[in-house]
Amino acid sequence: MYGFEALTFNIHSGYLEAIVRGHRSGLLTAADYNNLCQCETLDDIKMHLSATEYGPYLQNEPSPLHTTTIVEKCTLKLVDEYKHMLSQATEPLSTFLQYITYGHMIDNVVLIVTGTLHERDVHELLEKCHPLGMFDSIATLAVAQNMRELYRLVLVDTPLAPYFSECITSEDLDDMNIEIMRNTLYKAYLEDFYDFCQKLGGATAEIMSDLLAFEADRRAVNITINSIGTELTRDDRRKLYSNFGLLYPYGHEELAVCEDIDQVRGVMEKYPPYQTIFAKLSYGESQMLDKAFYEEEVKRLCLAFEQQFHYGVFFAYMRLREQEIRNLMWISECVAQNQKSRVHDSVVFIF
Amino acid sequence: MEYLDNLPPMDLMRSEKMTFVQLIIPVESAHRAISYLGQLGLLQFRDLNDEKSPFQRTFVNQVKRCAEMSRKLRFFKDQIHKAGLLPSPHPASQPDIELEELEMQLAEHEHELIEMNSNTEKLQQTYNELLEFKMVLQKASDFLVSSRSNSTVQEREMVENVYSNDDYADTASLLEQEMQPGPSVQSGVRFVSGIICKSKVLTFERMLFRATRGNMFFNQAAADDQILDPSSNEMVEKTVFVVFFSGEQARTKILKICEAFGANCYPVPEDVTKRMQITREVSSRLSELETTLDAGTRHRDKALTSIGFQLVKWMNMVGREKAVYDTLNMLNFDVTKKCLVGEGWCPIFAKTKIQEALQRATFDSNSQVGIIFHVMDAVESPPTYFRTNRFTSAFQEIVDAYGVANYQEANPAVYTVVTFPFLFAVMFGDWGHGICLLLGALVLIARERKLGTQKLGSFMEMLFGGRYVLLLMSIFSIYCGLIYNEFFSVPFHIFGESAYKCRDSSCSDARSIGLIKSRDPYPFGVDPSWRGSRTELPFLNSLKMKLSILLGVVQMNLGIILSYFNARFFGNSLDIKYQFVPQMIFLNCLFGYLSLLIVIKWCSGSQADLYHVMIYMFLSPFEDLGENKLFWGQGVLQVILLLCAVVAVPWMLFPKPFILKRLHTERFQGRTYGLLGTSDMKIDDEPDSARQHQEDFNFSEEFVHQMIHSIEFVLGAVSNTASYLRLWALSLAHSELSTVFYEKVLLLAWGI
Repeated sequence: MYGFEALTFNIHSGYLEAIVRGHRSGLLTAADYNNLCQCETLDDIKMHLSATEYGPYLQNEPSPLHTTTIVEKCTLKLVDEYKHMLSQATEPLSTFLQYITYGHMIDNVVLIVTGTLHERDVHELLEKCHPLGMFDSIATLAVAQNMRELYRLVLVDTPLAPYFSECITSEDLDDMNIEIMRNTLYKAYLEDFYDFCQKLGGATAEIMSDLLAFEADRRAVNITINSIGTELTRDDRRKLYSNFGLLYPYGHEELAVCEDIDQVRGVMEKYPPYQTIFAKLSYGESQMLDKAFYEEEVKRLCLAFEQQFHYGVFFAYMRLREQEIRNLMWISECVAQNQKSRVHDSVVFIF
Repeated sequence: MEYLDNLPPMDLMRSEKMTFVQLIIPVESAHRAISYLGQLGLLQFRDLNDEKSPFQRTFVNQVKRCAEMSRKLRFFKDQIHKAGLLPSPHPASQPDIELEELEMQLAEHEHELIEMNSNTEKLQQTYNELLEFKMVLQKASDFLVSSRSNSTVQEREMVENVYSNDDYADTASLLEQEMQPGPSVQSGVRFVSGIICKSKVLTFERMLFRATRGNMFFNQAAADDQILDPSSNEMVEKTVFVVFFSGEQARTKILKICEAFGANCYPVPEDVTKRMQITREVSSRLSELETTLDAGTRHRDKALTSIGFQLVKWMNMVGREKAVYDTLNMLNFDVTKKCLVGEGWCPIFAKTKIQEALQRATFDSNSQVGIIFHVMDAVESPPTYFRTNRFTSAFQEIVDAYGVANYQEANPAVYTVVTFPFLFAVMFGDWGHGICLLLGALVLIARERKLGTQKLGSFMEMLFGGRYVLLLMSIFSIYCGLIYNEFFSVPFHIFGESAYKCRDSSCSDARSIGLIKSRDPYPFGVDPSWRGSRTELPFLNSLKMKLSILLGVVQMNLGIILSYFNARFFGNSLDIKYQFVPQMIFLNCLFGYLSLLIVIKWCSGSQADLYHVMIYMFLSPFEDLGENKLFWGQGVLQVILLLCAVVAVPWMLFPKPFILKRLHTERFQGRTYGLLGTSDMKIDDEPDSARQHQEDFNFSEEFVHQMIHSIEFVLGAVSNTASYLRLWALSLAHSELSTVFYEKVLLLAWGI
């Protein structure tokens, strides 16, 4: 239905698009961040946030605040908004919205499994999980001993089940293969999400393929950098890259053989969109790469709002809000630990 | 013109004259002064610390403290609400206390409450555990007993054919082992019993099945009582379960799953006597706990009630304090740091009152230095402030919803007091409905004092706020209803006999041929004989349609005349010459003429078709009117009117922007380089200098603005006239609906 969204889109999704655009205008602006960065204590942050949309969520918190409380409450707001949108959505938007949460689900599964491996308390772990990625039997993950059990006991009921087909082994879980599992799951998830968006067609496919391709490429780069110096073989590494994106397939071949960060850089600089990201970094530096990628992502997410009648805005809004919460967490941590000079290190301005 | 100049000053129509004032308040009396001013409510402070973020301001700590206190108060309110008590202000309230004292008291109360809550929670948890244990004991023992009796029967059977059937022997032996408490622990079937939320049972059972690969037996029964969930304070339904399984590994798995699902496991002894004993123990402890819990709740309720007496007062007080500090944050410290400097707007009439309040503040706070209060010049235009009373405030709010007038601009709310209810009544005229509405409005007004202090629902709030609007609407509705002769769609002969009567005594042809006129016209309103006649609708439609147009033209003229008074007030002769005059000409040449035609038609009883006249006035102005001619010289007049209207459009479009441009260039001729700015010259220093006027005059902008304005007026004149027909449409709908209601519902219900 390319080009005909304008006729039919508003029948089912017009209301929600309006809602999400309204939410977007509530995102903190650069002026807000500047004010937040000047705060002396967490109470100041609370006071400033009380003038924003976060106000009602923070007003009933007793005074010695903690960073976790702020982050928790801000996330709660996001979750409330998400739930409201999900309950109002019809197909295929509701499926689209659910796809957004699968990434958090994967992270939560990995968090719990790793936690139990290191014999942490399940309830403590559950508190750390992202509320968007919760599912019914998540706590039962602790029972599983290996991948096969993990799948058979718990994940078969979740939407993640189809992604698991590639990583069912009877090996006992350890840190390495959990990390491989995370990336395999993520790869399958991104590919599935990508296919789903292509099936939706129209502006949604166009915008989401751009955003997801960026996500996939970023993951590919991160996997490469993180696996340098580990016993992961080139073929295994190659298998973790998603089968789409700007780097697919030739870039992946080259990334798979990279041995250090400068080689990665060499590969990436062949791709004009990523050239700018790497141009900002000095040689041999990988610390600032995350921030550079986040900045680029935020730029692309904001651009998604320029077009109307597509689902990309929902994805973009959720991601932007998450980035905002990350920013708030960083600012609050810096304020709480008296490291105000480092405030600007990791804050990504959205507007 | 002279008459216009000698009109009394239209005080009601203009917003209050405002003046910009500066306050210099010594620090020691600042708080008191601001709170007195707040009670007076006649001074609007300007934020002098605009560039500072909220936490950089002077009184941020006090604001924070107030926010903290109001958080505590919200906590109390929530607690009181949860406990099911009603916060009632105590009649004999205690004397006023200081804020610091209140803060301490609140902290104390909060501490006390939190402690009590945690104690209660602990107790509640123990109580829940015991209660669950008791339920598990009851239910699980049922399972165990039934399985035992079954197995004994089976055992009997088994004794006979134990050697004949090996498979059966296996199962039987399992059952057998289960019966015997001692050896069964070491090998074979064991069980875990516990309790779980009802909503989770299905997934729990499925998970157990998967984890043990089906080697288990799940038994469940709904618990009799609901259990209070301590976190959400709600009653939850729970289900007791018993899982039979074999093997140590399965046991750890099951226990882990239980933990993951939040199921509480309780050991149930297999021995009957032991079970009985434990049940007894648990019951006795339960009753003990219950009394403790009750006492705790009673204690808490008492504490909460005592807080509840004061809660409303405290909340008011804290809110007021916060407002005072928020206002203080808008003030600036002067150089010596001993005084606060504030700027703001106040109506001129309030100056003495403000001075009085400030003096009182100085006196009450024993300050050595008085508060300095003086008038300043200001650059920006003053805020609009209308003095309203409880009668006019609702009307003012209706007008403000469409847009607030500029400073000293004519206030349409004055006319709205009459036009709004009257236009309502034109649409919904019915003196029966009007009386109902009148009674409602009177009730609201009579109980004004009582309702004013209460918290009403959002709908009632709206009704109460608009009670005087309702009153006027009902009175006008009765008046219009009398004119329309409508009383729940029943005609009444109030003002004498109908002017019409039947042709003969049988009255058989009344509906077919009609009635004949026998008397003078019905003295007031519509003749009741029209009701139910064949020509009722055509007659009333024509009447109401024409009435609506007349009303509409009158009201639009009123609006334009108001713009004349505005222009005169601001001394803007351009607006009068190039906006007011052409607008009047345009409107009245077209629609004023239509109104004239309507009146002439009514007076003369002519049968001319006004649609035809109006439409052909545009299409072929020079054609002979024929039978639609109403008066001599109509054709010529129409051509003249049409020409005037056509001329009026460019008249209101072109001259004004060009004249403005000429004025602008004349004023600033030879000054194209702009003013030399000296360092100490600020905008504030010369409020009436040319600088403001000079501020970018943009011809194209001005022209586009004027164009939009003209087009809007021309189109508006047409579409507004059409919109006024809505008065007729709604009036028609209303009377038809009430007829249907009367005939199809009331008459049928009464069975007439």
